[in-house]
Formats: sequence, C-alpha cells, structure tokens
Amino acid sequence: MDILYKVFIEPFVFMGEAPDLLIQTLWEGLVSGVLYALIALGFVLIFKASGVFNFAQGIMVVFAALILVGLYEKGVPAFLALILAALAMLVLAVVVERVVLRPLVNQPDIILFMATFGLTYLLIGFGELIFGGSPREMITDALLLPQGTTEINALGGSIRIQHLDIAAAVIASLMIGLLAVFFSKTRIGRALRAVADSHKAALSVGISLNQIWVIVWFAAGLVALVAGIMWGARSGVSFSLQIIALKALPVLILGGFTSIPGAIIGGLIIGVGEKLGEFYWGPLVGGGIETWLAYVIALLFLLYRPQGLFGEKIIERI
Amino acid sequence: MFYREAGQFKTNYVSDSAIFPLRQDRIGLGLIIVAAFALAFLGNDFLLQAVMIPFLVFSLASIGLNILTGYTGLLSLGTGAFMGVGAYACYKLMTAFPGVNVIVWIFVSGFFSAAVGALFGLPSLRIKGFYLAVATLAAQFFLQWCFIRIPWLVNYNVSGALDAPLRTLFGVPIMGPNATPQTRYLLVLSIVILLTWLASNLVHGRIGRMWIAIRDMDLAAELMGIRPLQTKLLAFAVSSYYCGVAGALLVFLWYGGAEYDVFNINQSFFILFMVIIGGLGSLIGSFFGAALIFIMPIVLGLTLPALLSPFGISVGADTIEHLRFMIVGALIIFFLIVEPHGLARLWQIGKQKLLVWPFPY
Repeated sequence: MDILYKVFIEPFVFMGEAPDLLIQTLWEGLVSGVLYALIALGFVLIFKASGVFNFAQGIMVVFAALILVGLYEKGVPAFLALILAALAMLVLAVVVERVVLRPLVNQPDIILFMATFGLTYLLIGFGELIFGGSPREMITDALLLPQGTTEINALGGSIRIQHLDIAAAVIASLMIGLLAVFFSKTRIGRALRAVADSHKAALSVGISLNQIWVIVWFAAGLVALVAGIMWGARSGVSFSLQIIALKALPVLILGGFTSIPGAIIGGLIIGVGEKLGEFYWGPLVGGGIETWLAYVIALLFLLYRPQGLFGEKIIERI
Repeated sequence: MFYREAGQFKTNYVSDSAIFPLRQDRIGLGLIIVAAFALAFLGNDFLLQAVMIPFLVFSLASIGLNILTGYTGLLSLGTGAFMGVGAYACYKLMTAFPGVNVIVWIFVSGFFSAAVGALFGLPSLRIKGFYLAVATLAAQFFLQWCFIRIPWLVNYNVSGALDAPLRTLFGVPIMGPNATPQTRYLLVLSIVILLTWLASNLVHGRIGRMWIAIRDMDLAAELMGIRPLQTKLLAFAVSSYYCGVAGALLVFLWYGGAEYDVFNINQSFFILFMVIIGGLGSLIGSFFGAALIFIMPIVLGLTLPALLSPFGISVGADTIEHLRFMIVGALIIFFLIVEPHGLARLWQIGKQKLLVWPFPY
C-alpha cells in the first residue's frame, strides 16, 4: 500500500501544496516541448514529401549551428552569417538530392533510412574536420536574442522565466505558422501536399519530384538552423547535440509521422510529461528517468493508437 | 571452369532440399572452417584479439538482429541493450555459481536476454514499421538505465564495471586476464559456428518459413494459419538469445571487462549497419556486414596515414578519425546505391557468374 500511496497520491498532494513549483515545471516542460517539436518538424517535412525517415536531421541541426558560429568567429557579421548558413543548407539539400536520393528512388524505406545514417556519419566527420570537436557558445548577443530572467511572484512562491525561453517559444510558433501558410496558400505548398499524397499522381500532373525534394530538404535545413540556434543557446553547440534527434523520435511517433500539428502537440506532451515525471516521480526510482520516459509515454499512446495521434489511419489490404 | 553443377544429380528429396546443393560449396565451407581454426595457430595476437574475436562476436549479434529484422521484418534498435542483458546475466550467474563451467553460463545467459526480448516484443503485434523502432528504443534506454542504477547487477562493486574472472576449461584458462587470445578465439569460434549452424537450420525450416511469411505480409500469414503473436515473439526471443550470447562473449572474451556504456544506442546502430550492408535475410550477409563495418575502419586507420603521406599531407590522429568517419559514411551510401540488397546479393551474383565462367551465359 505504501508504494501505491507514494506513486498515486503523494506527487499530487505535493503538486497541490506547491503550485508555483508545478507551474515552473509545466513551463519548463512546455519550452522543451516546443524545442522538441522544432526538431520533429524537420523530420515530418521530409517524411511527408519523400517518405524518407531522415535520421540526419539531428546532425543537420548541429551542422547548421556550427556553420553559423564558425562564420561569426571568422569575423562575418552575425546576420550575414545567418544567411550564409541558410545558403549552406540549400547546398546540402541539392547535394543530398543529387547524390543520395536520386539513385535510391523506389528503394524500400529501410534502405533510405540507412542512407541517411551514412549521411549522418559523413556530416559528423566533415563537421569535426572543419570546425573541430570542441563545444562552442551560441552567439545569442549578436543575434539580438534576449537574455536574463524574470521572476514572477505568484501562488505563494516565485516562478522564474528565462527571456530566451520566451523568445524560443515565439520564434518556434512563428516558424510553424509560416510553414502552415506556406503549405496551404502557396503554389509550391500545394505541390508539396500533392507529392505527400501520391508520388505517381503528382508526377502525372507535371510536378517535378526532384525539385520538391530539394525544397523540402532546404525547408528542413532552415528548421534545423532555427532549432540549432535555440538548442545552442540553451546547451551550447557541440556534436553531442545530435542525440536530440533521438529525443524527437517519440515526439514524432506520438504525433504521427505525417502530421505537422501532430509534431507540435506530440512535442508538448512529451516535453511536459518528461519534466513532470522526472520532477515528481523520478525520485521514487532514483532519478534519471528522463532518458527513457519519453519512449514509454510514446509507447503507451501507440498501444492505443498505432498510427500516432494524428497519423493517417493505417488500412491494410491483401 | 571448376565451379560447375554439371554431373551432380539429385536423386532424392533430401538432397534436393539441401542447403548447400553443390559439392563445391560444401568443400568451400569446410575449407573456410578449417582455415578459421588454423588461424588460431598461424595468426599473431593482434590479428586474433583486435580483428578476429570482435569480428566473430559482431557476426553473431548480426545474425541475431538479422533473424528479427531480416527474416521477420521487425525493425529493432534495442540490440545493444539485449546484448547487455546477456552480459550482465552471464556475470551474475558465473559469480553466483563459480563451480559450474562458464561455457554453460554463456549459453544460459542468452535465455535471460531472450525473456527480456520477448517482453519488449509484445507491442510488435500492434505496432509496425518505424513505430516499432520506438518500442525497442524504449527497451534500449530503459535497460541501459537499469544497468547504471541497479548496483546488484554488478555485485555492488564500486567501479560499476563488469570484469572477467579467471575461469578454466580442462585446466586451461579460457577467461580472465591469463587467457591467451588463442584460446579465447577458439572458444568464440566454436560457439559462433555452433550457433550459426543452429540458426541456419531454424531459418531454413518450418519456423523460418513462418518468420518469412510474417515479414512478407503478416495479414496474409495470419489468414494462412500462422499465429502472428507467437511467431513474432519467438523471433524476438531467438534474436535476443543470439544478441545476449554475443554480448556475453563481447564483454568476457573480447574486452575482458566493460561498463554499461558498451551497450549504448550506438552499438545498436552499429549492428543494424552490419545487417543492412551485409544483406537483410541472409546469414552469410551477417558475416560480410560485420567484416565490412568492423574491419573497414581498422584498415582505414592503418592505411590512411600511409596513403596521404606521399602527397605531403601529414595528418594528426584526430584528423584521421574524422576522415575515417567521412569515408565510412560515404561508403555506406555508396554500397546502398550500388547494391541495396547488400553484400549477400553481390555474393549471389558472383556465384551465378562463376557457374558459367569463362562464358558470358
């Protein structure tokens, strides 16, 4: 009984007793959820348009951030460096489409998945060769990102909110809004949706698949750049950052591979669930459960809905 | 010229369904096994310790993953953790019962891994494809967390590491610091040959056909009377058994001691590389994949400085490491583009060509 009490009653009592801590934890969860969603968004973009599960998204985040910081350290003005980093992602998109995707058209999913693995290795080696393996500071000041914290006294305690986190949430929301408009209102966006529906049908009405792939990889590269700036500002730019790609996986699974709103809501659920779990239930088993809790949450959702919350219904025929 | 099937007649069903119907294949396989055993007496310690033992261990783990991913079509990213379960189980068993021969425990530890594998395979009935990969990732991270957090697993020793105690067979040390690479190589080789033979019989028999039917289309297989849950769980269990034994071999017969970090997610990806580059659904492909993915970086590390020095480029050790990463990545993409079905398919094509050589057809 004691264990049941500790698992099911005590954390909630604690939540009620210290609402400020609860709000603080929720806020942190939401912010990390938004950041997870940003990474998952890159995955969804590419998966929707080309059916490729792009494992290299994590290293693209690191790569984009490294180019930005590296150029700035060479004396390039921050915003010029930002544009150059975006251009570098465009070059990467073109090269990937030419060298990796085009020869592998029509191969099974797992082969394409493996190819992006090869790409990951290639980019890790290339990045370390050029920029060195040492971690760097993100240039938050030069990019005019706000810093500092605000303390709000409320609910019998104080809640600390980092300005950077607010900026991250705003920028991520803007990015997601822009992508939504881009997808629904523009010509290219319509072409993208057509390709996502059916490659063959899109080809037959004259949409160039190769062009679309370049565009989505470039869009994913831009998302990676933004994610790189935000994650870099929080935890520094280093190659260990690419592990967050694995954190984006449960987000992706939870939301469904093909749904942009799914990626966002999945990100928020995982972010909040992870932080709440770690803070309130973590101490029961000795802490550190953040590493696997996200996967278990995703797994529980999956058992209920095998295609993710917003995924397309899986219809199987013989 | 010498590789012909002419004159070899199949006069009964047994010879018709033989795995190696060609006499030349059987002779070739025998020669390879003899050569592998002879290598223990001809090769030097570096070759045995740093190349052959890990190659065999990774081949075994690849066979395990191949049974799951290649034959049954279930994608798993938890191989590293299942290997870890085998290693920790083996450690607990052989320290708790030091009187029983350690070879017995190596084989028994696989069963613990199989049980854990089957447990984490339970969602596979409902979840498919990349979605299943997340279920196995949950296994990977949860089990790794257990390895760190449960000191009972390492008998409460302070370093938190597994170490190989001294164990003997017929008075010869086969495990621990005193065992020579030669004896360890022979032991690993024997275990790998035995388990490969078992796997070959499994995948060519009724069970293997059930797995393949599930892989090709589980709905159709179910309608034909194959029970999906049992078949998938069996695949998870057998696969994890192989991985578990490979994990025990990895720690106690190759490293001689290891920490939880050996069984991290990169190890899982590493094995998955081997399976895919080698060829999904092919046992010989597992060996090819392990050879390529494991031995290629070693060869590159040894030859790159020599290759670059004539151009006046002298490079540091870290640059070599980065170049190695790049070349391995590029080669993975290259191999996938050239032959998406893996090295095993290249081997098949080579044999077909050899049958008619020197004529084109």
